[in-house]
Amino acid sequence: MQDDVISVKDFRKVYGDAKAVDGISFEVQRGEIFGLLGPNGAGKTTTMESLEGLRHPTSGSLSILGVDPTRQPARLNNLIGVQLQSSSLPGSMTTKEAMEFFCAYHHVAPRIDLLVRLGLGEKLTSQYSTLSTGLQRRLSLALAVAHDPPVVLLDEPTAGLDVSSRVELHEVMLEMKGKGTTIILATHDMAEAEKMADRVAILLKGKIAVTGSPTQLTASGSGLVKISVSSEAASLISYTGNFPEVSQQFIKEEYVIYYSRDAGSTVPAIFDYLKTRDDHLVDLRVERPSLEDRFLEITQPDQSNGGQS
Amino acid sequence: MTAFFHHFMYDFRTGMRDKSLLLLNYLFPLGFYALMGLLMTGLNPTFGPTIIPSMILVAVMACTLLGLPNPVVESREAGIFRSFKINGVPELSIVTIPVLSSFVHIIIVSIIITFTAIPFFNANAPVNWGYFVLILLLTIFTFASIGMLIGVVSPNSRSIVLFSQMIFLPSMILGGMMVPSSMLPPALYRVSMLLPTVHSMNAWRGLAFGMEAVFDPRWSLLILLISGVIAFGMAIYLFNWDSKNKRSGRNTMLALITWIPYVLGAILLVG
Repeated sequence: MQDDVISVKDFRKVYGDAKAVDGISFEVQRGEIFGLLGPNGAGKTTTMESLEGLRHPTSGSLSILGVDPTRQPARLNNLIGVQLQSSSLPGSMTTKEAMEFFCAYHHVAPRIDLLVRLGLGEKLTSQYSTLSTGLQRRLSLALAVAHDPPVVLLDEPTAGLDVSSRVELHEVMLEMKGKGTTIILATHDMAEAEKMADRVAILLKGKIAVTGSPTQLTASGSGLVKISVSSEAASLISYTGNFPEVSQQFIKEEYVIYYSRDAGSTVPAIFDYLKTRDDHLVDLRVERPSLEDRFLEITQPDQSNGGQS
Repeated sequence: MTAFFHHFMYDFRTGMRDKSLLLLNYLFPLGFYALMGLLMTGLNPTFGPTIIPSMILVAVMACTLLGLPNPVVESREAGIFRSFKINGVPELSIVTIPVLSSFVHIIIVSIIITFTAIPFFNANAPVNWGYFVLILLLTIFTFASIGMLIGVVSPNSRSIVLFSQMIFLPSMILGGMMVPSSMLPPALYRVSMLLPTVHSMNAWRGLAFGMEAVFDPRWSLLILLISGVIAFGMAIYLFNWDSKNKRSGRNTMLALITWIPYVLGAILLVG
């Protein structure tokens, strides 16, 4: 039996003549990390903020654990934890005060331990305005999850974070998922979505262009495999013929990059060619299409796969 | 209640921690008081007896009209209220707590003014301390509500300056603080009746300091109370969490309803 925690049905949001979101539907199940992807202006933040009760849908219905964010916003407060894409705290509020302040409104004890874990232990008495962007994002995340909500909505959570902070955030997310927390993750970071999300939806001009697990999405694309080859004499760069099953190729620095329908046929042919030219292989990489490749294929169909052939 | 207390304590501390608020809540009114006490009591003999209510009114206006609205606009524009909303901070707390903080800041300054003006500047002590405190509380409530309303309806900081100065500057000149409003020319006197300071001064003179009131001071109490209640109600009604999601159908011109009691006073109480 499916256990839908979040349900979005025929959700539309219109600003004047502009359709920010145009009739999208999706469900998110308990303990799932659901990625919302899309280029700027695709409707990710509008969808997130409508789920958070910050915007009212033009039509359609939204529900989190059976609560309508538009009509019952007060009931939503302890059910969700939110990290907004653009928000702030009073500049003179210290890190510790912020934790005490919001935990008091959530009726839970302040989670100083969470601040320490997210690298804010030495900044407890620092005012918000003196924190770097990365530290402000970490504080925002700590405040979002301090009351241990069953649903967490994260809008660009790793924007502005350094590598170690990203890793820490991902560990926190996986821990929450392990405890059954449902997470919606809106992000531009395809690698993050591919790594963290159980399912993703790619939004394009206010509509869901495609949805599924990252593996399903990458498999449902053009099916081309990316083969990058570099050789000592660079003989491949001047080669004008076609290797078997190659649909597109282009040169990037010292590499020749081929998009092949069947790497098993293409790679041996490349080896044979190098042998005939007495050239030696320096590097060869065979990569399945990433979520980023698939994303570009969907959002920029004219420019995907390098846009060259 | 714990959350409300945390919020209140944070807001109160901010009033002292933030340099611009510290200036407006404490340094400017107390500095102005010291300056006026030293200069004006020598130049204008009628000023000495009323220095306590006059300088308290300067403190009230500095804190509520000049200090209170700006953080409201900044918080809305910076997305701070959005953070508050998603974490369950009720809008009633957001509107109420700065008003309550203003009470504490102004009462502290009022105590300093009241108990130094008598020995240092030969100020008249209130003859009725009960009325003195009552009028002080009512004045703070009315001005703080107006300040909050200005913050709620102002789209940006420049508008705050405009709206606040539309009350602050005329009040300093015509509000009965430096010279009794009865000494003004008739046309200006009628205009001055639109200013809350005139009613506070009239009530203090007639009810708390045993001086001659310009008109029945009980009307002043009623006008201050009604306008304060309207301003506070309007601040709650017109409050917006963020500038991107304005509540439809809520015309900010409704804020002008706050001035109806003053207009009626100017029409009915001036002979």
